[in-house]
Amino acid sequence: MTATTDPAAVAATDTESRLDARPRRGGGTGTPTLGVNHLWKVFGPAEHKLIGTPDVDLARDELRRKTGSMIAIRDVSFQVWPGEVFVVMGLSGSGKSTLVRCITRLIEPTAGEVLLDGDDIRKANAEKLRELRRRRFSMVFQHFGLLPHRRVLDNVAYPLEIRGEEKAARYKRAHEMIELVGLKGHADSYPDQLSGGMQQRVGLARALAVDPEVMLFDEPFSALDPLIRRDMQNEVMRLHREVGKTMVFITHDLAEALRLGDHIVIMRDGKVVQSGRPEELVGAPADDYVADFVRDVPKANVLTLRWVMRPVMPDDALDGPEFPATTIIRRSLHAAIETDKPLRVVEDGRLIGVVDRWHILAAIAGGEREA
Amino acid sequence: MTAITAPAASGLDPRTARRLVYLAMAAAAAVLYLVLAGQSTLPHDEEYPLFGSLNGVKAWVDEHRNSILVFSLIREGVGGLVGFFENVIAALGWPGVLAATGALGAIFGGWRLAVMTMLGMAAIGLLGLWTSGMDTLAQMLAAVVIALLIGIPLGIIGGRSKRFAAVVTPILDVMQIMPTFAYLAPLTLLFSIGVSTAAIATLIYAIPPAIRITALGIRAVPDASVEAAQSLGSTRWQVLRKVQLPLARRTIGIGVNQTIMMALSMVVITAVIGAPGLGADVLRALQQVNVGLAFQAGLAIVILAIVLDRLTDRAGEWMDPRFRKTDANKARRRLLYLAALGTVVAATLLARGLPDPAEFPEAVKLSLVAPVNDVIKWITTNFGEGTASIKDAFSVVLLNPLEGVLTSAPWWLVIGVVLALAWLISGVRASVVAGVCLVLVVLLGLWEHGMQTLASVLIATALTLILGGILGILSARHDRFRTILRPILDAAQTMPAFVYLIPAVALFSPSRFTAIVAALVYAIPPVIRLVDVGIRTVPATIVEAATAAGSTSRQLLWKVQLPLSRRALLVAANQGIVMVLAMVVVGALVGAGALGYDVIAGFAQGEDFGKGLAAGTAIVLLGIMLDRITQGAGGRPSTEVARGG
Ligand SMILES: Nc1ncnc2c1ncn2[C@@H]1O[C@H](COP(=O)(O)OP(=O)(O)OP(=O)(O)O)[C@@H](O)[C@H]1O
Ligand SMILES: [Mg+2]
Repeated sequence: MTATTDPAAVAATDTESRLDARPRRGGGTGTPTLGVNHLWKVFGPAEHKLIGTPDVDLARDELRRKTGSMIAIRDVSFQVWPGEVFVVMGLSGSGKSTLVRCITRLIEPTAGEVLLDGDDIRKANAEKLRELRRRRFSMVFQHFGLLPHRRVLDNVAYPLEIRGEEKAARYKRAHEMIELVGLKGHADSYPDQLSGGMQQRVGLARALAVDPEVMLFDEPFSALDPLIRRDMQNEVMRLHREVGKTMVFITHDLAEALRLGDHIVIMRDGKVVQSGRPEELVGAPADDYVADFVRDVPKANVLTLRWVMRPVMPDDALDGPEFPATTIIRRSLHAAIETDKPLRVVEDGRLIGVVDRWHILAAIAGGEREA
Repeated sequence: MTAITAPAASGLDPRTARRLVYLAMAAAAAVLYLVLAGQSTLPHDEEYPLFGSLNGVKAWVDEHRNSILVFSLIREGVGGLVGFFENVIAALGWPGVLAATGALGAIFGGWRLAVMTMLGMAAIGLLGLWTSGMDTLAQMLAAVVIALLIGIPLGIIGGRSKRFAAVVTPILDVMQIMPTFAYLAPLTLLFSIGVSTAAIATLIYAIPPAIRITALGIRAVPDASVEAAQSLGSTRWQVLRKVQLPLARRTIGIGVNQTIMMALSMVVITAVIGAPGLGADVLRALQQVNVGLAFQAGLAIVILAIVLDRLTDRAGEWMDPRFRKTDANKARRRLLYLAALGTVVAATLLARGLPDPAEFPEAVKLSLVAPVNDVIKWITTNFGEGTASIKDAFSVVLLNPLEGVLTSAPWWLVIGVVLALAWLISGVRASVVAGVCLVLVVLLGLWEHGMQTLASVLIATALTLILGGILGILSARHDRFRTILRPILDAAQTMPAFVYLIPAVALFSPSRFTAIVAALVYAIPPVIRLVDVGIRTVPATIVEAATAAGSTSRQLLWKVQLPLSRRALLVAANQGIVMVLAMVVVGALVGAGALGYDVIAGFAQGEDFGKGLAAGTAIVLLGIMLDRITQGAGGRPSTEVARGG
């Protein structure tokens, strides 16, 4: 098999290019685009009585029996920085959809803060909230959420229509968006005349038409078959490159999370169990739950040299090839084969460690064996 | 309860034990009846004081009616709207009305529908019933317009607010089980008799489907569409106007159709409170026992019903927002609208040239009275003895004994038995409601009449369930049979209740039995449909598994399909009872007597008003009692399945 047709290799290339293009998170300065602080959502009659009582620590079933309520989001905090693709991952029922809906208050959070550029969305009145939804957020849904009685064009123009834009202007913008997502020529079709993948492109175009600051995706591709899903992921990556929106992306598919995410949080039963860059999750799973998730990931495609290097020993040969610490392991394979010396790992021009050839081979072999 | 568990401890299996208890209870009731029959009965008393007091109330209201502003406003307003439609129809003249129905037919469904509807309307004219038909149409239109103006907004609120729906649904449920007649008595008290009151009764009767089905349509809009619209910052109003209403339009169209059919069915019944129209023609003919005349007017009602049903049914499709897709289509449609409008205007102008455009030309009249009466005469001479002996046998074997038992038993024993039955079938709450209803009937002074009506209702219901059940099972198990039955059922359900009296009276002449026959014919179609649906919705996998286990088709039916569709069967029973009750009361017009007769007499004679109002109330009480008893076990029948689905 050649490198270009091997899906694993393709995946590796995609991931690498994403990782290379990744902006540095925050850097300790400025405000995050989106800040979620100590967010809670409780469903049920005890919604406003539960938090702060010892009952929150009850097991799910017991809590339901005692109070008839369930905690869908418990004390979740995270920051999303400008231009970042922020992925929330977890199994079914872990509270992902609830979380993303709490961000725009489609579901009213029970407690906590949601800050957009530092302003608390929970304090917004109905009108301000509508303004936010009309201009600064937009959302793409798992089941598309298209309006079946409107043509594609009118679906894409809908958000512009409801904020009162002129017909000519909104159709112009809608046509541009339709073209941007590759649906030129389908503007007059009705949603049910399109395939699932095309329908979700309409959903994307509609979300883009708003020209929002933050795009929210709730498992947008789960309903699509795997080939189309890959296509759509590429589409999102391309759009992200072209329009550079901040994105919050919900998925239950680890491969998707690793391909798209600059930063990933993993949720379980409404709690964040780990938060970090893709290679942090794969290299250092926080618990068995995460470890289970990442077990089958080809590690060499995700991890960087930093994860396999060791400190320099006095008797190491220091004339081997030199690589930055952020290099994906698989990329150093060629060099490792051509030399018998350890690879030197540098950061900011400083030597911070070395990697033995067999570590690289083992990482790659390990990934392949398990795959 | 302890009585039931005690024998179980002593080794009897609890089911047998329970059966023994039931048997003992039945035996006790029988013994009590044998010993006490004839004691503490409540024979009918024309001079019961309550009737007189109600007459007093009526006299007072009559005197002060015009000074109560709300009532006169409503009365004038509704009457004004009826007048408006009468004027429009008169101005169009018969050519204009024909052209207008044709134009609507062409717009909604194409030329074929146009021809059909025009032929239908022309047939009413040919039968010599044009004026009556137009009276009925005007009253119905006025009632429908108001019913929709009230019903659709309420339905929208109900579709969007769970709390509102929770308040309204039980009210609608009660309205739905009320026999048509029951609306009339209190309304005549408030508004006196006449066209306005007829339209008011009609609109009240027709509002529930408008509310229910609109709410249903709004609720059926996919959450995903609504949520997406919200996520983009739509206001509540925008969500309603741009998402929910367009997507619910098709369903609301069905609601309009149902509202119109209900209104038509009621508007002909309002003949008994003095509204002119086709219903009055039927009523007059029935009073003269002129079957040919009644048949002719009944036929006109059926034709009007079919025309309206077809038109509104296709109008629903036409309203579906995806129906008119392409732009080329749009241009053609615009042309069609213009042509339609042009035709109506031309026909109306043409009508101006006629001597009396509001009356269909005498020259082309076609009377069915004589031929139908000849047929009837032939039937009576040849089969008269046969039908008479069926009727007599039925009265002697079934009706008289049951009436006898119910009226000669001590009243408290009857109530006790009903309480026990209600408890067994539907639990404590139904039992309490049933008891309260019966005690109220006693207090209304109509026990004997109530028991007579109850006897008819019980027998008619039993027959309805047996016949409807058999036909329903056949229809569920034989596709061929179903294909034949289906159009008949569809037609039967678009026909107003009134019409069913005519064939019954033709065969059996006025009697209690005739009313029961009419009730059977009226109530069987929905029962067939519900039984059929119930059996057919038993999951195919279960049927397959049972067949694979080697069940014969009889075993399959008795051990799998019927038990699994128990709920649907109970719903069918409930629906059957409600419809039978409605019809047995209307049957007073063909000799049913008892409560129904009291109600009608109350409209006709001033001094009987009090008794009529009390009888109307008693009918409602019996209806609620029967509904509660069957409904607790079965759940609420859905209007959709029962009526059209
Ligand atoms: N409106 C609601 N009322 C009560 N419970 C709810 C409601 N919405 C969600 N839940 C519960 O909250 C929990 C989290 O649901 P959520 O839809 O957020 O999960 P999810 O991670 O998106 O799952 P999936 O992958 O299946 O979409 C679930 O247990 C769900 O049953
Ligand atoms: Mg979800």
